[in-house]
Amino acid sequence: MAKRKTPGLNTGSMSDISFLLLTFFLLTSSINTEQGIPRKLPPPKADDAKEQQVDINRRNVLNVLVNFRDEISVNGEVMMVSELKDKAKEFFANPTNDPSLPEKVNKPIDGIGDFPVSKGVVSLTNDQGTSYNMYVQVQNELQRAVNELRDETALQYFGKKFSALDSAAQRAVTSAIPMSISEAPPMDYSKSGSN
Amino acid sequence: MARFKNKEKKETPELNMGSMSDIIFMFLFFFMVITTMREATLKVHFTPPSATEVQKLEKKSLVANIYVGAPISKNENTLPPGEVSVQLNDQTIKAEDLVADVRDFIGTEKESRDAQDRDRLTFSLKVDKDVQMRYVNTIKQELRKNNALKINYAAGKKSN
Repeated sequence: MAKRKTPGLNTGSMSDISFLLLTFFLLTSSINTEQGIPRKLPPPKADDAKEQQVDINRRNVLNVLVNFRDEISVNGEVMMVSELKDKAKEFFANPTNDPSLPEKVNKPIDGIGDFPVSKGVVSLTNDQGTSYNMYVQVQNELQRAVNELRDETALQYFGKKFSALDSAAQRAVTSAIPMSISEAPPMDYSKSGSN
Repeated sequence: MARFKNKEKKETPELNMGSMSDIIFMFLFFFMVITTMREATLKVHFTPPSATEVQKLEKKSLVANIYVGAPISKNENTLPPGEVSVQLNDQTIKAEDLVADVRDFIGTEKESRDAQDRDRLTFSLKVDKDVQMRYVNTIKQELRKNNALKINYAAGKKSN
């Protein structure tokens, strides 16, 4: 009697099935990366010392107020979130050396040379009733303004975008375009009533 | 004639599918490594706001999460007036314990890291987008008081 060959199982479709499963998981699972807008809080103040009143020239401050209805006012002018970025950008850059916009100080920076660094500070005040979403949007727009300026400076001096630079060049650009946001203690519309 | 018949009978050689399982396992391990398990079960509803300028945090082991949002179940502790809960680790905290609990949380998170990593520890505020700023402000104040200055506003990526 001739030796019978055991019929081989056809496993060809197994790969199809497993790939199907794989693509299913690929599409349904989200890679949960930690991302967000990083910020630094100011160091804690000593109990006995009062909040220091730093004398800052009026032209160097951009007052951003967000009220409990999520409306924004910038230096007394009511604005939409979409307009905030250009306003902040103009404030930080001051391309025409407008006397009503922040002054600039020439500082020597490694890798760039003398660079007019803006003395502008954004003062951000929110109401206790402001929604968190609006707060993040405002922070985001301010960050966007700074990021765009950094990209422009990086292109001008290094010929690359900010994210493509090495860390030393990034540090140089960061010190050329500092991001200064100062957060004022929040207002509370529901308690004061007069504001 | 016979030659042709002979050819028709010949079986097509079967592909060796043995290594296919290896490949699939490789994929599986890859996904297991890059996806992360959520270490705490969420007790609050949390939908992050979306923003365009989000950055990825450098190291996952150096992140401690604080969740703020509407409670999922009615039995959770809430802050007055009772619509928002703060979750640290695995439980929501009581309003009267807020100060002490946040301080303890920061202390234990800092202690569980090496000395050189303590300054790089980031507190990620995972706040629901509909929460009012008063709760966030309270937590920020506590963080500031306890010298936990590196924070992160968790946000999803929005394509413009």
